[in-house]
Amino acid sequence: MTAEFWVTQTFNGLSYGALLFLLASGLSLIFGVMRVVNLAHGSYFMLGGYVGLSVIWRTGSYVLALVAGALALALVGIAMERLFLRRLSGQTLGQVLMTVGFALIFQDLALLIWGGDPYSIRPPSMLAGVVTAGPGRFPVYRIFIVVVAVVVGAALWLALDRTRVGAMIRAAVDDPEMAQGIGIRVPRISLGIFALGAALAAFGGVVGAGFLGVYPGLDFEILPYAFVVVIVGGLGSLPGAMVGSLLVGLLDNFGKALFPELSYFTLFAPMALILALKPTGLFGRV
Amino acid sequence: MIGVGALVAAAAVAPTLPSYPLTLLTQVAIMAILAMSLDILLGYTGLPSLGHAAYFGTAAYAVGILATERQAGFLTCLVAGVLLATAAAALFGLVAIRATGTYFLMITLALGMVVWGLAFRWVSLTKGDNGIAGVPRPDLALPWSLAAPLPFFYFALVAAALAWAALGTLARSPFGLTLQGIRESETRMRALGYDVWLHKYLAFVISGGFAGFAGVLWAWYNGFVSPVDVQLVTSVETLLMVALGGPGTLAGPALGAAVIVFLKNFVSVYTKRWLLILGAVYIGVILFAPRGVLGALRAPRR
Repeated sequence: MTAEFWVTQTFNGLSYGALLFLLASGLSLIFGVMRVVNLAHGSYFMLGGYVGLSVIWRTGSYVLALVAGALALALVGIAMERLFLRRLSGQTLGQVLMTVGFALIFQDLALLIWGGDPYSIRPPSMLAGVVTAGPGRFPVYRIFIVVVAVVVGAALWLALDRTRVGAMIRAAVDDPEMAQGIGIRVPRISLGIFALGAALAAFGGVVGAGFLGVYPGLDFEILPYAFVVVIVGGLGSLPGAMVGSLLVGLLDNFGKALFPELSYFTLFAPMALILALKPTGLFGRV
Repeated sequence: MIGVGALVAAAAVAPTLPSYPLTLLTQVAIMAILAMSLDILLGYTGLPSLGHAAYFGTAAYAVGILATERQAGFLTCLVAGVLLATAAAALFGLVAIRATGTYFLMITLALGMVVWGLAFRWVSLTKGDNGIAGVPRPDLALPWSLAAPLPFFYFALVAAALAWAALGTLARSPFGLTLQGIRESETRMRALGYDVWLHKYLAFVISGGFAGFAGVLWAWYNGFVSPVDVQLVTSVETLLMVALGGPGTLAGPALGAAVIVFLKNFVSVYTKRWLLILGAVYIGVILFAPRGVLGALRAPRR
């Protein structure tokens, strides 16, 4: 266990956590506002990656891929919320089964459109390469992911904490009925949050395709991570999603490096421990 | 009554069936046990577990490992499988029962992933993604070998009937009635002096044990155990069986199991796009199934 090992693994964990934050912050917000357990959230991540891939193939533009992936899945999210999930408010089991249904459909459609081969998005040359500093070697792309997550996190925090819409969203998270009662249009906020959550996940998917790749099965592989982040951090809490992402990213990385055979166990067991001590997660209130 | 009729009818027509429908019926019998076991939680206690495949899979792996590496026989496999699944449920229940509603759902999902993760990554024990192949069926020292489809079907049918009788007795017992009371109003039951936590916990453990029983049979039936048996989709499929058939009845989930098993197998014969169709079934069940089917689980509105 050299210094290099610790520095590299810590950095890898941080950057993976940053990616998870992009995915899980949306899931957490969606849950916060709508109490929907969205099992199709991993599908947004995967489909975002695939859409980004197609855009890169056509245009060669990485930025365009990020935008297109996010926008495309925002539309998918809007359609799902408006046409289907809205009818099921309060029916936890119904929501679970319905979002699983969508996840299966998305999985099959992705297979139909993009086939079964794994692909990867090659980041622009600006983001390629490795920075060496002290004992560690840091791929530029992973630094980029951390920067993106910090920017997105800061923007979300500012929007939620400092703007009028943010205050309305927080009100809807705390008590949807009361918020509706004082004139906040909760259904509209729900729709917006759902679109935002899907877009963030898809954005994460395009970013993630740069080092995880994009392949069939990615949806159900990444979904549990998002769930663990949200459970550990507390449902509906943005700071919770931040802390949860970092914890999960680090736990996962060190788990895989130190105890490869038990790697998922080292991720989920601490989660169970946190829950045993604080059933609503670190920052959860509901 | 209808359930008994279905059992008798299945037993009567079985000898006339070709082997493919017969293996599907066997699958239905095993999945019915799994779905009924989940219904004790979902339908009777009102706890939507999203990790039920964990107990099913734990038992299946126990049988897979014991039968291939230790040449364990009928009783060893059965007892070890059911006990391990029960123990897993007893452990996970300690964490899960503290939570309610959506938190319960997510925690059971994550706990289920713990087992999946072990199955997938603990390669020296579970052979990882490759799974454990060649799990032999037990020798019961009967004149009929269970390796043949028909005897194994009867074996699974008897097992399903036993599980049904046991779970039915449980559901009608004072314990089962208390569970239903908890489903209707936890606070009222608490006010009446019932230990709500203990009842939910016991329901969780019993449910896990029966899921393990199904898992033992599955390992023998399939001859192959892999992470697929413990994955999230398996848990969700079990939920769908219960929701489709009607939570809070035992015949319902068994019927749901039959529909899903036949649908999955027939659709996948005719088209490669069966996931698409299965997904549409999920959505269709929720949109068009009578509200009564899901009514039992409608979460209280805030």
